[in-house]
Amino acid sequence: MRVFTKLTLTELKLNAREPVTAFFTLLFPTVLVVILGSIPDFRKPSADLGGGRVIDIYVGIAALLTLAMLGLQVVPMVLATYREKGILRRLATTPVRPILLLAAQLAAALITAVLATALALAAGRVLFDVPLPQHVAAFVLAFLLAALGVFAIGLFIAALVPTGKAGNSIGTLLFFPLMFFAGLWTPREIMPAVLQRISDFTPLGAGERAVHEAMTGHWPGALSATVLVAYLTLFGLGAARLFRWS
Amino acid sequence: MAVIEVKNLKKKYGDTVAVRDVSLTVERGEIFGILGPNGAGKTTTVECVAGLRSPDGGTISVLGREAKDPELRRLVGVQLQESQLPERLTVREALELYSAFYPEPADWRALSRELGLDDKLRTRYAKLSGGQKQRLSIALALIGSPRIAILDELTTGLDPQARRDTWDLIESIRDTGVTIVLVTHFMEEAERLCDRIAVIDRGQVVALDTPAGLVAGIEVEQRIRFRPSAPIDDALLTARDEVREVRRHGRQLEVIGTGNLLHAVTSVLATHQIIANDLRIEQASLDDAFVRLTGRAGTE
Repeated sequence: MRVFTKLTLTELKLNAREPVTAFFTLLFPTVLVVILGSIPDFRKPSADLGGGRVIDIYVGIAALLTLAMLGLQVVPMVLATYREKGILRRLATTPVRPILLLAAQLAAALITAVLATALALAAGRVLFDVPLPQHVAAFVLAFLLAALGVFAIGLFIAALVPTGKAGNSIGTLLFFPLMFFAGLWTPREIMPAVLQRISDFTPLGAGERAVHEAMTGHWPGALSATVLVAYLTLFGLGAARLFRWS
Repeated sequence: MAVIEVKNLKKKYGDTVAVRDVSLTVERGEIFGILGPNGAGKTTTVECVAGLRSPDGGTISVLGREAKDPELRRLVGVQLQESQLPERLTVREALELYSAFYPEPADWRALSRELGLDDKLRTRYAKLSGGQKQRLSIALALIGSPRIAILDELTTGLDPQARRDTWDLIESIRDTGVTIVLVTHFMEEAERLCDRIAVIDRGQVVALDTPAGLVAGIEVEQRIRFRPSAPIDDALLTARDEVREVRRHGRQLEVIGTGNLLHAVTSVLATHQIIANDLRIEQASLDDAFVRLTGRAGTE
Protein backbone atom coordinates (compact mmCIF):
# COMPACT_ATOMS: atom_id res chain seq x y z
CA MET A 1 0.00 0.00 0.00
CA ARG A 2 2.85 2.36 0.84
CA VAL A 3 4.43 1.72 -2.54
CA PHE A 4 1.08 2.14 -4.32
CA THR A 5 0.51 5.48 -2.60
CA LYS A 6 3.99 6.64 -3.51
CA LEU A 7 3.56 5.55 -7.13
CA THR A 8 0.18 7.28 -7.37
CA LEU A 9 1.56 10.52 -5.90
CA THR A 10 4.46 10.32 -8.36
CA GLU A 11 2.04 9.84 -11.27
CA LEU A 12 -0.01 12.84 -10.11
CA LYS A 13 3.16 14.91 -9.86
CA LEU A 14 4.29 13.85 -13.35
CA ASN A 15 0.88 14.64 -14.86
CA ALA A 16 0.93 18.04 -13.17
CA ARG A 17 4.28 18.76 -14.81
CA GLU A 18 2.72 18.53 -18.28
CA PRO A 19 1.22 22.03 -18.21
CA VAL A 20 -1.04 21.66 -21.27
CA THR A 21 -2.43 18.29 -20.18
CA ALA A 22 -2.82 19.47 -16.60
CA PHE A 23 -4.80 22.52 -17.76
CA PHE A 24 -7.12 20.59 -20.03
CA THR A 25 -7.85 17.70 -17.70
CA LEU A 26 -8.12 19.67 -14.48
CA LEU A 27 -9.33 23.18 -15.37
CA PHE A 28 -10.79 23.13 -18.88
CA PRO A 29 -14.13 21.53 -17.88
CA THR A 30 -14.64 24.42 -15.43
CA VAL A 31 -13.57 26.96 -18.07
CA LEU A 32 -16.16 25.44 -20.40
CA VAL A 33 -18.88 25.75 -17.74
CA VAL A 34 -17.91 29.39 -17.12
CA ILE A 35 -17.90 30.28 -20.82
CA LEU A 36 -21.22 28.59 -21.57
CA GLY A 37 -22.76 29.98 -18.40
CA SER A 38 -21.84 33.48 -19.55
CA ILE A 39 -24.21 33.13 -22.51
CA PRO A 40 -27.54 34.56 -21.24
CA ASP A 41 -29.73 32.20 -23.32
CA PHE A 42 -28.07 29.17 -21.75
CA ARG A 43 -29.16 30.36 -18.32
CA LYS A 44 -32.86 30.52 -19.28
CA PRO A 45 -35.24 27.57 -18.91
CA SER A 46 -35.71 25.95 -22.31
CA ALA A 47 -38.82 24.24 -23.61
CA ASP A 48 -36.64 21.81 -25.61
CA LEU A 49 -35.10 20.62 -22.36
CA GLY A 50 -38.40 20.25 -20.57
CA GLY A 51 -37.90 23.45 -18.64
CA GLY A 52 -34.27 22.73 -17.76
CA ARG A 53 -31.38 25.04 -18.62
CA VAL A 54 -28.53 24.33 -21.03
CA ILE A 55 -25.96 25.21 -18.36
CA ASP A 56 -27.48 22.62 -15.97
CA ILE A 57 -26.76 19.94 -18.56
CA TYR A 58 -23.24 21.12 -19.36
CA VAL A 59 -22.01 20.66 -15.81
CA GLY A 60 -22.65 16.92 -16.26
CA ILE A 61 -21.06 16.97 -19.71
CA ALA A 62 -18.00 18.68 -18.18
CA ALA A 63 -17.54 15.63 -15.92
CA LEU A 64 -17.60 13.35 -18.97
CA LEU A 65 -15.17 15.67 -20.75
CA THR A 66 -12.46 15.26 -18.11
CA LEU A 67 -13.01 11.48 -18.02
CA ALA A 68 -12.71 11.32 -21.82
CA MET A 69 -9.51 13.37 -21.96
CA LEU A 70 -7.92 11.36 -19.17
CA GLY A 71 -9.16 7.94 -20.22
CA LEU A 72 -8.81 8.19 -23.99
CA GLN A 73 -5.80 10.47 -24.36
CA VAL A 74 -3.68 10.66 -21.20
CA VAL A 75 -3.85 7.05 -19.95
CA PRO A 76 -3.02 5.37 -23.30
CA MET A 77 -0.25 7.84 -24.01
CA VAL A 78 1.39 7.52 -20.61
CA LEU A 79 1.13 3.72 -20.39
CA ALA A 80 2.27 3.08 -23.96
CA THR A 81 5.20 5.42 -23.32
CA TYR A 82 6.06 3.48 -20.17
CA ARG A 83 6.23 0.31 -22.20
CA GLU A 84 8.01 1.91 -25.16
CA LYS A 85 10.72 3.39 -22.93
CA GLY A 86 11.29 0.21 -20.94
CA ILE A 87 9.93 1.68 -17.72
CA LEU A 88 7.59 -1.28 -17.17
CA ARG A 89 10.50 -3.60 -17.92
CA ARG A 90 12.77 -1.93 -15.40
CA LEU A 91 9.99 -2.24 -12.84
CA ALA A 92 9.77 -5.96 -13.59
CA THR A 93 13.33 -6.32 -12.22
CA THR A 94 12.27 -4.89 -8.82
CA PRO A 95 10.03 -6.40 -6.14
CA VAL A 96 7.20 -4.17 -7.46
CA ARG A 97 4.98 -5.73 -10.14
CA PRO A 98 4.55 -3.49 -13.22
CA ILE A 99 0.76 -3.83 -12.91
CA LEU A 100 0.98 -1.65 -9.81
CA LEU A 101 2.20 1.23 -12.00
CA LEU A 102 -0.81 0.73 -14.28
CA ALA A 103 -3.09 0.85 -11.27
CA ALA A 104 -1.31 3.96 -9.96
CA GLN A 105 -1.72 5.74 -13.31
CA LEU A 106 -5.45 4.89 -13.31
CA ALA A 107 -5.80 6.04 -9.69
CA ALA A 108 -4.04 9.30 -10.55
CA ALA A 109 -6.41 9.78 -13.51
CA LEU A 110 -9.43 9.10 -11.31
CA ILE A 111 -8.24 11.56 -8.64
CA THR A 112 -7.69 14.22 -11.33
CA ALA A 113 -11.16 13.57 -12.77
CA VAL A 114 -12.77 13.83 -9.32
CA LEU A 115 -11.02 17.16 -8.66
CA ALA A 116 -11.92 18.52 -12.11
CA THR A 117 -15.55 17.48 -11.69
CA ALA A 118 -15.74 18.95 -8.18
CA LEU A 119 -14.41 22.25 -9.56
CA ALA A 120 -16.94 22.26 -12.40
CA LEU A 121 -19.80 21.45 -10.02
CA ALA A 122 -18.68 24.19 -7.62
CA ALA A 123 -18.33 26.76 -10.42
CA GLY A 124 -21.77 25.86 -11.77
CA ARG A 125 -23.31 26.10 -8.33
CA VAL A 126 -21.62 29.34 -7.26
CA LEU A 127 -21.76 31.26 -10.54
CA PHE A 128 -24.91 30.01 -12.23
CA ASP A 129 -27.02 28.35 -9.51
CA VAL A 130 -26.73 24.93 -11.10
CA PRO A 131 -28.13 22.53 -8.49
CA LEU A 132 -25.60 20.07 -7.06
CA PRO A 133 -26.40 16.40 -7.76
CA GLN A 134 -29.62 15.67 -5.96
CA HIS A 135 -28.76 12.04 -5.39
CA VAL A 136 -25.14 11.93 -4.22
CA ALA A 137 -24.75 8.14 -4.06
CA ALA A 138 -26.28 7.79 -7.53
CA PHE A 139 -23.95 10.50 -8.84
CA VAL A 140 -20.88 8.76 -7.39
CA LEU A 141 -22.02 5.46 -8.88
CA ALA A 142 -22.73 6.99 -12.30
CA PHE A 143 -19.38 8.80 -12.27
CA LEU A 144 -17.48 5.65 -11.29
CA LEU A 145 -19.25 3.51 -13.89
CA ALA A 146 -18.47 6.07 -16.59
CA ALA A 147 -14.84 6.33 -15.38
CA LEU A 148 -14.36 2.55 -15.38
CA GLY A 149 -15.90 2.12 -18.84
CA VAL A 150 -13.77 4.87 -20.38
CA PHE A 151 -10.55 3.88 -18.57
CA ALA A 152 -11.01 0.28 -19.75
CA ILE A 153 -11.08 1.57 -23.32
CA GLY A 154 -7.95 3.60 -22.56
CA LEU A 155 -6.18 0.51 -21.23
CA PHE A 156 -7.22 -1.40 -24.33
CA ILE A 157 -5.72 1.30 -26.57
CA ALA A 158 -2.54 1.23 -24.47
CA ALA A 159 -2.40 -2.55 -24.95
CA LEU A 160 -2.61 -2.27 -28.74
CA VAL A 161 -0.41 0.66 -29.70
CA PRO A 162 3.36 0.39 -30.08
CA THR A 163 4.21 3.93 -28.91
CA GLY A 164 2.94 6.71 -26.67
CA LYS A 165 2.42 8.95 -29.69
CA ALA A 166 0.25 6.35 -31.40
CA GLY A 167 -1.74 5.93 -28.18
CA ASN A 168 -2.42 9.64 -28.03
CA SER A 169 -3.40 9.80 -31.73
CA ILE A 170 -5.89 6.95 -31.50
CA GLY A 171 -7.29 8.39 -28.28
CA THR A 172 -7.76 11.77 -29.94
CA LEU A 173 -9.46 10.20 -32.97
CA LEU A 174 -11.91 8.46 -30.65
CA PHE A 175 -12.32 11.51 -28.45
CA PHE A 176 -14.26 13.64 -30.97
CA PRO A 177 -17.00 11.21 -32.06
CA LEU A 178 -17.43 9.84 -28.54
CA MET A 179 -17.60 13.32 -27.03
CA PHE A 180 -20.11 14.26 -29.73
CA PHE A 181 -22.40 11.50 -28.48
CA ALA A 182 -21.91 12.72 -24.92
CA GLY A 183 -23.38 16.00 -26.14
CA LEU A 184 -20.35 18.26 -26.01
CA TRP A 185 -21.52 20.13 -29.13
CA THR A 186 -25.26 19.46 -28.96
CA PRO A 187 -26.68 18.14 -25.69
CA ARG A 188 -28.00 14.62 -26.15
CA GLU A 189 -31.29 15.76 -24.71
CA ILE A 190 -32.03 17.76 -27.87
CA MET A 191 -30.49 15.29 -30.33
CA PRO A 192 -32.81 13.63 -32.89
CA ALA A 193 -34.17 10.33 -31.56
CA VAL A 194 -31.88 8.24 -33.79
CA LEU A 195 -28.74 9.97 -32.55
CA GLN A 196 -29.97 9.68 -28.97
CA ARG A 197 -30.44 5.96 -29.44
CA ILE A 198 -26.91 5.56 -30.85
CA SER A 199 -25.60 7.72 -28.06
CA ASP A 200 -27.16 5.40 -25.47
CA PHE A 201 -24.81 2.66 -26.64
CA THR A 202 -21.62 4.70 -26.74
CA PRO A 203 -19.50 4.82 -23.58
CA LEU A 204 -19.58 8.57 -23.12
CA GLY A 205 -23.22 8.84 -24.18
CA ALA A 206 -24.23 6.20 -21.66
CA GLY A 207 -21.99 7.92 -19.11
CA GLU A 208 -23.58 11.31 -19.74
CA ARG A 209 -27.04 9.80 -19.44
CA ALA A 210 -26.19 8.10 -16.14
CA VAL A 211 -24.61 11.29 -14.76
CA HIS A 212 -27.54 13.39 -15.95
CA GLU A 213 -30.01 11.00 -14.31
CA ALA A 214 -28.09 11.26 -11.04
CA MET A 215 -27.89 15.07 -11.28
CA THR A 216 -31.68 15.13 -11.43
CA GLY A 217 -32.14 12.75 -8.52
CA HIS A 218 -32.38 9.27 -10.07
CA TRP A 219 -30.28 6.13 -10.00
CA PRO A 220 -28.54 5.44 -13.31
CA GLY A 221 -30.97 3.61 -15.61
CA ALA A 222 -30.52 -0.09 -16.33
CA LEU A 223 -29.52 0.61 -19.94
CA SER A 224 -26.76 3.12 -19.12
CA ALA A 225 -25.41 0.96 -16.33
CA THR A 226 -25.43 -2.18 -18.48
CA VAL A 227 -23.73 -0.42 -21.38
CA LEU A 228 -20.98 0.96 -19.12
CA VAL A 229 -20.40 -2.38 -17.38
CA ALA A 230 -20.25 -4.04 -20.80
CA TYR A 231 -17.54 -1.63 -21.96
CA LEU A 232 -15.63 -2.21 -18.73
CA THR A 233 -15.84 -6.00 -19.08
CA LEU A 234 -15.15 -6.20 -22.80
CA PHE A 235 -12.28 -3.77 -23.02
CA GLY A 236 -10.93 -4.61 -19.57
CA LEU A 237 -10.63 -8.30 -20.47
CA GLY A 238 -9.27 -7.41 -23.91
CA ALA A 239 -6.61 -5.21 -22.35
CA ALA A 240 -5.72 -7.90 -19.81
CA ARG A 241 -5.26 -10.44 -22.59
CA LEU A 242 -3.35 -8.23 -24.99
CA PHE A 243 -1.24 -5.99 -22.77
CA ARG A 244 2.46 -6.49 -23.39
CA TRP A 245 4.93 -5.42 -20.73
CA SER A 246 7.90 -4.90 -23.04
CA MET B 1 30.14 -21.29 -3.69
CA ALA B 2 28.08 -20.83 -6.83
CA VAL B 3 25.41 -18.13 -6.73
CA ILE B 4 24.30 -18.55 -10.34
CA GLU B 5 24.20 -21.85 -12.20
CA VAL B 6 23.08 -21.96 -15.80
CA LYS B 7 22.85 -25.35 -17.47
CA ASN B 8 22.21 -25.88 -21.17
CA LEU B 9 20.16 -22.73 -21.54
CA LYS B 10 18.20 -22.44 -24.80
CA LYS B 11 16.07 -19.56 -25.99
CA LYS B 12 14.40 -18.96 -29.35
CA TYR B 13 12.45 -15.97 -30.65
CA GLY B 14 10.23 -17.46 -33.32
CA ASP B 15 12.63 -19.20 -35.67
CA THR B 16 15.66 -17.27 -34.49
CA VAL B 17 17.82 -19.09 -32.02
CA ALA B 18 19.15 -16.46 -29.61
CA VAL B 19 20.78 -18.87 -27.17
CA ARG B 20 21.76 -22.31 -28.44
CA ASP B 21 23.46 -23.86 -25.44
CA VAL B 22 24.88 -21.81 -22.61
CA SER B 23 26.18 -23.28 -19.36
CA LEU B 24 28.08 -21.26 -16.80
CA THR B 25 28.58 -20.91 -13.08
CA VAL B 26 29.13 -17.65 -11.24
CA GLU B 27 30.88 -17.83 -7.87
CA ARG B 28 30.01 -15.69 -4.87
CA GLY B 29 31.85 -12.36 -4.76
CA GLU B 30 33.38 -12.47 -8.21
CA ILE B 31 32.99 -10.10 -11.13
CA PHE B 32 31.90 -12.36 -13.91
CA GLY B 33 32.07 -11.04 -17.45
CA ILE B 34 29.91 -12.11 -20.35
CA LEU B 35 31.70 -11.06 -23.50
CA GLY B 36 30.64 -11.50 -27.07
CA PRO B 37 29.88 -9.78 -30.36
CA ASN B 38 26.53 -8.10 -30.95
CA GLY B 39 23.73 -10.59 -31.31
CA ALA B 40 25.70 -13.38 -29.66
CA GLY B 41 22.99 -14.00 -27.05
CA LYS B 42 24.57 -12.18 -24.10
CA THR B 43 21.57 -10.04 -23.25
CA THR B 44 19.10 -12.88 -23.70
CA THR B 45 21.19 -15.01 -21.35
CA VAL B 46 21.19 -12.43 -18.56
CA GLU B 47 17.52 -11.62 -19.13
CA CYS B 48 16.75 -15.28 -18.49
CA VAL B 49 18.96 -15.21 -15.38
CA ALA B 50 17.15 -12.05 -14.23
CA GLY B 51 13.80 -13.84 -14.59
CA LEU B 52 12.58 -11.49 -17.33
CA ARG B 53 12.34 -14.21 -19.94
CA SER B 54 11.40 -17.87 -19.78
CA PRO B 55 14.00 -20.21 -21.26
CA ASP B 56 12.94 -22.76 -23.88
CA GLY B 57 15.31 -25.30 -22.40
CA GLY B 58 17.88 -25.85 -19.66
CA THR B 59 17.85 -24.82 -16.02
CA ILE B 60 18.84 -21.68 -14.17
CA SER B 61 19.41 -21.48 -10.45
CA VAL B 62 20.08 -18.14 -8.74
CA LEU B 63 20.98 -18.15 -5.03
CA GLY B 64 19.53 -21.65 -4.92
CA ARG B 65 16.16 -20.57 -6.33
CA GLU B 66 14.46 -20.71 -9.70
CA ALA B 67 15.14 -17.61 -11.79
CA LYS B 68 11.43 -16.66 -11.78
CA ASP B 69 11.15 -16.74 -7.97
CA PRO B 70 9.69 -13.34 -6.92
CA GLU B 71 11.96 -13.40 -3.86
CA LEU B 72 14.92 -12.90 -6.19
CA ARG B 73 13.66 -9.50 -7.32
CA ARG B 74 14.91 -7.99 -4.05
CA LEU B 75 18.15 -9.99 -3.98
CA VAL B 76 19.20 -9.28 -7.57
CA GLY B 77 19.67 -5.77 -8.96
CA VAL B 78 19.45 -5.40 -12.71
CA GLN B 79 20.56 -2.63 -15.01
CA LEU B 80 19.03 -3.16 -18.43
CA GLN B 81 20.05 -1.74 -21.75
CA GLU B 82 17.73 0.94 -23.09
CA SER B 83 15.57 1.18 -20.04
CA GLN B 84 14.50 4.76 -19.41
CA LEU B 85 12.52 6.70 -16.82
CA PRO B 86 9.65 9.21 -17.12
CA GLU B 87 11.04 12.41 -18.64
CA ARG B 88 9.80 14.72 -15.93
CA LEU B 89 10.91 12.60 -12.97
CA THR B 90 13.86 14.12 -11.12
CA VAL B 91 16.93 12.15 -10.10
CA ARG B 92 16.02 12.50 -6.45
CA GLU B 93 12.44 11.34 -7.02
CA ALA B 94 13.64 8.32 -8.97
CA LEU B 95 16.09 7.36 -6.21
CA GLU B 96 13.51 7.83 -3.44
CA LEU B 97 10.78 6.01 -5.34
CA TYR B 98 12.95 3.01 -6.17
CA SER B 99 14.33 2.77 -2.65
CA ALA B 100 10.72 2.51 -1.44
CA PHE B 101 10.43 -0.69 -3.48
CA TYR B 102 12.91 -2.58 -1.27
CA PRO B 103 12.74 -3.70 2.37
CA GLU B 104 16.36 -2.76 3.09
CA PRO B 105 17.44 -0.17 0.55
CA ALA B 106 20.91 1.30 0.32
CA ASP B 107 21.37 4.94 1.33
CA TRP B 108 20.43 6.70 -1.92
CA ARG B 109 22.28 9.87 -0.91
CA ALA B 110 25.55 7.98 -0.51
CA LEU B 111 24.91 6.14 -3.75
CA SER B 112 24.25 9.38 -5.64
CA ARG B 113 27.50 10.80 -4.26
CA GLU B 114 29.49 7.75 -5.32
CA LEU B 115 28.02 7.96 -8.80
CA GLY B 116 28.56 11.71 -9.06
CA LEU B 117 24.85 12.47 -9.24
CA ASP B 118 24.58 14.46 -6.00
CA ASP B 119 24.59 17.80 -7.85
CA LYS B 120 21.89 16.57 -10.24
CA LEU B 121 19.27 15.52 -7.71
CA ARG B 122 16.80 18.21 -8.80
CA THR B 123 17.38 17.64 -12.51
CA ARG B 124 14.66 15.95 -14.56
CA TYR B 125 15.52 12.74 -16.35
CA ALA B 126 15.06 14.29 -19.81
CA LYS B 127 17.69 16.93 -19.02
CA LEU B 128 20.41 14.45 -18.01
CA SER B 129 23.29 13.64 -20.35
CA GLY B 130 23.66 10.10 -21.66
CA GLY B 131 26.35 9.38 -19.08
CA GLN B 132 24.25 10.73 -16.21
CA LYS B 133 21.26 8.63 -17.29
CA GLN B 134 23.52 5.61 -17.36
CA ARG B 135 24.84 6.35 -13.86
CA LEU B 136 21.31 6.79 -12.54
CA SER B 137 20.43 3.46 -14.08
CA ILE B 138 23.37 1.86 -12.27
CA ALA B 139 22.28 3.54 -9.03
CA LEU B 140 18.77 2.08 -9.39
CA ALA B 141 20.25 -1.39 -9.94
CA LEU B 142 22.18 -1.08 -6.67
CA ILE B 143 19.58 0.75 -4.58
CA GLY B 144 18.03 -2.38 -3.11
CA SER B 145 21.37 -3.53 -1.63
CA PRO B 146 21.33 -6.59 -3.90
CA ARG B 147 23.47 -9.68 -3.36
CA ILE B 148 23.91 -10.00 -7.10
CA ALA B 149 24.05 -7.12 -9.57
CA ILE B 150 23.54 -7.80 -13.26
CA LEU B 151 24.81 -4.92 -15.35
CA ASP B 152 24.19 -4.96 -19.10
CA GLU B 153 26.51 -2.70 -21.11
CA LEU B 154 27.56 -0.87 -18.00
CA THR B 155 29.64 1.95 -19.45
CA THR B 156 28.12 2.42 -22.89
CA GLY B 157 27.72 6.13 -23.51
CA LEU B 158 30.11 7.20 -20.76
CA ASP B 159 33.15 9.34 -21.45
CA PRO B 160 36.54 7.81 -20.59
CA GLN B 161 36.78 9.49 -17.19
CA ALA B 162 33.25 8.51 -16.15
CA ARG B 163 33.98 5.01 -17.40
CA ARG B 164 37.02 4.68 -15.15
CA ASP B 165 35.10 6.15 -12.20
CA THR B 166 32.35 3.59 -12.79
CA TRP B 167 34.88 0.76 -12.87
CA ASP B 168 36.24 1.94 -9.50
CA LEU B 169 32.72 1.99 -8.14
CA ILE B 170 32.00 -1.55 -9.38
CA GLU B 171 35.20 -2.78 -7.72
CA SER B 172 34.27 -1.10 -4.44
CA ILE B 173 30.81 -2.69 -4.59
CA ARG B 174 32.34 -6.07 -5.20
CA ASP B 175 34.55 -5.47 -2.18
CA THR B 176 31.39 -5.29 -0.06
CA GLY B 177 30.62 -8.87 -1.08
CA VAL B 178 28.23 -8.30 -3.96
CA THR B 179 28.55 -10.67 -6.89
CA ILE B 180 28.59 -8.85 -10.20
CA VAL B 181 27.64 -10.12 -13.64
CA LEU B 182 28.84 -7.78 -16.31
CA VAL B 183 27.68 -7.97 -19.92
CA THR B 184 30.03 -6.15 -22.22
CA HIS B 185 31.53 -6.07 -25.66
CA PHE B 186 34.24 -3.75 -24.45
CA MET B 187 37.59 -5.53 -24.03
CA GLU B 188 39.34 -3.03 -21.80
CA GLU B 189 36.44 -3.17 -19.38
CA ALA B 190 36.41 -6.96 -19.26
CA GLU B 191 40.19 -7.16 -18.86
CA ARG B 192 40.26 -4.55 -16.11
CA LEU B 193 37.26 -5.68 -14.05
CA CYS B 194 36.46 -9.33 -14.55
CA ASP B 195 37.76 -12.21 -12.47
CA ARG B 196 36.44 -14.63 -15.06
CA ILE B 197 34.94 -14.22 -18.49
CA ALA B 198 32.58 -16.34 -20.54
CA VAL B 199 32.96 -15.60 -24.23
CA ILE B 200 29.65 -16.18 -25.96
CA ASP B 201 29.34 -16.44 -29.71
CA ARG B 202 26.33 -17.49 -31.79
CA GLY B 203 24.42 -18.56 -28.71
CA GLN B 204 27.17 -20.73 -27.23
CA VAL B 205 29.95 -20.39 -24.68
CA VAL B 206 33.14 -20.68 -26.71
CA ALA B 207 35.53 -20.08 -23.79
CA LEU B 208 35.36 -19.54 -20.04
CA ASP B 209 38.47 -18.50 -18.15
CA THR B 210 40.26 -15.66 -16.40
CA PRO B 211 41.27 -12.81 -18.73
CA ALA B 212 44.92 -13.94 -18.51
CA GLY B 213 43.88 -17.55 -19.08
CA LEU B 214 41.95 -16.60 -22.22
CA VAL B 215 44.95 -14.76 -23.59
CA ALA B 216 47.37 -17.56 -22.70
CA GLY B 217 45.07 -20.13 -24.24
CA ILE B 218 45.55 -18.82 -27.73
CA GLU B 219 48.78 -19.12 -29.66
CA VAL B 220 49.07 -15.58 -30.83
CA GLU B 221 52.31 -14.35 -32.22
CA GLN B 222 54.17 -11.63 -30.44
CA ARG B 223 56.27 -8.92 -31.97
CA ILE B 224 59.37 -7.36 -30.46
CA ARG B 225 60.85 -4.25 -32.04
CA PHE B 226 64.16 -2.66 -31.10
CA ARG B 227 67.25 -0.90 -32.46
CA PRO B 228 70.30 -3.11 -31.83
CA SER B 229 73.38 -1.22 -30.55
CA ALA B 230 75.52 -3.23 -33.01
CA PRO B 231 74.77 -5.16 -36.22
CA ILE B 232 73.43 -8.64 -35.64
CA ASP B 233 72.98 -11.55 -38.02
CA ASP B 234 69.33 -12.61 -38.51
CA ALA B 235 70.39 -16.24 -38.39
CA LEU B 236 71.41 -15.90 -34.73
CA LEU B 237 67.83 -15.04 -33.89
CA THR B 238 66.02 -17.37 -36.27
CA ALA B 239 68.06 -20.24 -34.83
CA ARG B 240 65.85 -20.05 -31.74
CA ASP B 241 62.64 -22.10 -31.74
CA GLU B 242 60.56 -19.19 -30.47
CA VAL B 243 61.51 -16.95 -33.39
CA ARG B 244 59.63 -17.36 -36.59
CA GLU B 245 60.71 -14.40 -38.60
CA VAL B 246 62.99 -11.38 -38.47
CA ARG B 247 62.23 -8.24 -40.40
CA ARG B 248 64.28 -5.11 -40.82
CA HIS B 249 62.88 -1.62 -41.05
CA GLY B 250 65.94 0.56 -41.58
CA ARG B 251 67.97 0.22 -38.41
CA GLN B 252 65.01 -1.22 -36.55
CA LEU B 253 64.61 -4.92 -36.09
CA GLU B 254 61.25 -6.66 -35.75
CA VAL B 255 61.24 -10.18 -34.33
CA ILE B 256 58.06 -12.20 -34.68
CA GLY B 257 57.43 -15.39 -32.80
CA THR B 258 55.57 -17.23 -30.07
CA GLY B 259 56.09 -18.58 -26.55
CA ASN B 260 58.61 -16.86 -24.37
CA LEU B 261 59.90 -14.75 -27.22
CA LEU B 262 61.28 -11.95 -25.10
CA HIS B 263 63.53 -14.28 -23.14
CA ALA B 264 64.81 -15.88 -26.36
CA VAL B 265 65.66 -12.54 -27.94
CA THR B 266 67.27 -10.99 -24.88
CA SER B 267 69.43 -14.03 -24.25
CA VAL B 268 70.74 -13.96 -27.86
CA LEU B 269 71.45 -10.25 -27.53
CA ALA B 270 73.17 -10.73 -24.16
CA THR B 271 75.42 -13.46 -25.54
CA HIS B 272 76.62 -11.07 -28.23
CA GLN B 273 76.76 -8.10 -25.92
CA ILE B 274 74.24 -6.14 -27.95
CA ILE B 275 71.90 -3.70 -26.29
CA ALA B 276 68.31 -3.36 -27.48
CA ASN B 277 67.41 0.31 -27.72
CA ASP B 278 63.79 1.53 -27.86
CA LEU B 279 62.53 -1.94 -27.11
CA ARG B 280 58.83 -2.44 -27.67
CA ILE B 281 56.79 -5.56 -27.15
CA GLU B 282 53.43 -6.17 -28.71
CA GLN B 283 51.75 -8.90 -26.73
CA ALA B 284 48.51 -10.66 -27.35
CA SER B 285 45.61 -8.94 -25.70
CA LEU B 286 42.14 -10.05 -24.77
CA ASP B 287 41.15 -8.48 -28.05
CA ASP B 288 43.32 -10.97 -29.93
CA ALA B 289 41.88 -13.82 -27.91
CA PHE B 290 38.39 -12.58 -28.68
CA VAL B 291 39.03 -12.37 -32.42
CA ARG B 292 40.59 -15.81 -32.36
CA LEU B 293 37.65 -17.30 -30.44
CA THR B 294 34.81 -15.68 -32.33
CA GLY B 295 36.40 -14.99 -35.70
CA ARG B 296 35.15 -11.44 -35.35
CA ALA B 297 36.74 -8.21 -34.25
CA GLY B 298 35.75 -6.76 -30.91
CA THR B 299 34.52 -3.21 -30.94
CA GLU B 300 36.49 -0.27 -29.54
